[in-house]
Amino acid sequence: MKKLLLATALAGLSAGAAFAQDVVRLGTEGAYPPYNFINDAGEVAGFEREFGDELCKRAGLNCTWTTNEWDSIIPNLQSGNYDVIIAGMSITPERAEIVDFSQGYLQPTPSAYLAASKDADLKSGPVAAQTSTIQAAFVAENGMTLVEYATPEETVAAVKNGEAVAVLADSDYLKPIADESGGALVLLDQTEMIGGGVGMAFRKSDTELRAKFDAAIKSMKCDGTLDAMITKPEYFGPDSPLVWGDAGKEGC
Amino acid sequence: MFTSCAEPKTLEGLHWFYCYLTSGKHVDFYWSFGTVLVLLAITAPIAIAFGFVGATAARSHNPILHWAGRIYIAMVRGVPDIVYFMFFVIVLDQVIEYLKFVAVCPSGTPWPWQGLEFRVCPAAKVPAATASPFIHQAYGFSLAVVTFAIVFGAFTANVLYGAMNSVPRAQLETAEAYGMSHRQVFRRVLVPQMWVYALPGLSNLWMILIKATPLLFLLGVKDIVYYAKELGGSKTQAYEFPHGDWRLYYFLVLLVFYLAMTRVSEIALGRLTARLSKGQATAAGERMRRAAA
Repeated sequence: MKKLLLATALAGLSAGAAFAQDVVRLGTEGAYPPYNFINDAGEVAGFEREFGDELCKRAGLNCTWTTNEWDSIIPNLQSGNYDVIIAGMSITPERAEIVDFSQGYLQPTPSAYLAASKDADLKSGPVAAQTSTIQAAFVAENGMTLVEYATPEETVAAVKNGEAVAVLADSDYLKPIADESGGALVLLDQTEMIGGGVGMAFRKSDTELRAKFDAAIKSMKCDGTLDAMITKPEYFGPDSPLVWGDAGKEGC
Repeated sequence: MFTSCAEPKTLEGLHWFYCYLTSGKHVDFYWSFGTVLVLLAITAPIAIAFGFVGATAARSHNPILHWAGRIYIAMVRGVPDIVYFMFFVIVLDQVIEYLKFVAVCPSGTPWPWQGLEFRVCPAAKVPAATASPFIHQAYGFSLAVVTFAIVFGAFTANVLYGAMNSVPRAQLETAEAYGMSHRQVFRRVLVPQMWVYALPGLSNLWMILIKATPLLFLLGVKDIVYYAKELGGSKTQAYEFPHGDWRLYYFLVLLVFYLAMTRVSEIALGRLTARLSKGQATAAGERMRRAAA
């Protein structure tokens, strides 16, 4: 009887599993505009949404989106909750030991400091960064006091209420915040060149899927659609240093 | 009232607020209150069932059942809830996928636990990758319900175990004197009478359960805490409705919601206690008898 129940339950769960190979689940954070965020309709939006959908179209894959906290985004990739991380993740040797990266789709960009005033002294107090980011590692390794937060939102709040003197994050995330703060928050002139560009992360065992996305990224670089998408005003703007230009056309 | 929310950035005042509060994400937020209520409605009876089985097992004369019941109660009571919430969700998920792996994966598929990865063949994924996002959410929610039931079932078991031992021995002896079997005594005398002794403990657990529902957020279920945090965070022009840090107001709403929930529960449980005490050999029952006399 028990076996029968179990078998029925499993049969119910496996309904529709026949096409499982064709559906790819994309995991993102949904809290880091303009890279990715949840829009007011409650859907994943931002540069990576449009970019990811285009890649799936080119690779002939049926993709669905899901969000996961940044903190556990790699463990949950490994446990199979989704198949790809596409969340503004910088390619680093440490991460490359546990996951495989696609080729970069955004060039390395300098990280910026957001502080309450231009003359903020970064050594005078803690510097905020999001947990498990390249910026957090950088702050800790360079003689500043690090204070970590789970979400980008909280790192900015920490500067606003004086818990931290500055926050270190990607400049494209911080710039709109500084622009719209009415002068309460400013970007420092000092920037830090860290990270090896942004890529998609895959399980080490998923080499076939990675190859499909690699080919799709390359084709977008070759025909210039990637650069056109990056420079859209709602994403990174026409002067963005993230574009590939001729570097992306090599080997086309 | 207002018809157009198409161009939110041109709106002002009340119209803006009306459109803001009816955006897709806000509607999801309102539904998530339902998620919490559904969780309570499903978890409470399951936890009582778990507790009843646990308490009965712990009282059993069969040593295996006795120890199984005692160990269940002691283990869950002795470990912080939050550790269990984190632990069970992962364990349940992997066990379910492992069972399905054994059932459906073709032979020759590698063992699921490979170093850091847990990987089964695509056919054994639960829920299937093709399933709609709703199914994925429902599955995560079900895991959370089971975890809540296991944890709160152990507390309930302890309360019911104590309540069963509080029923006056004389009541049981009288029943035995009438020639009832052990089963009959249990069903006809012990169980109906124990509830009144269990009720204060169970009311406490219900309150704790209400207050524990934000743990859903930790389990990745998009509950009211998730939405309050997400909606309240400051929004730049990248969003349709830019605003500052409004988390305080959103959390204030949650505060009112939880206070209302516990207040309504207190009133309902008070009435239930009065009803169950009627005619019982307890202090409250005795007071009611005197007042009526």
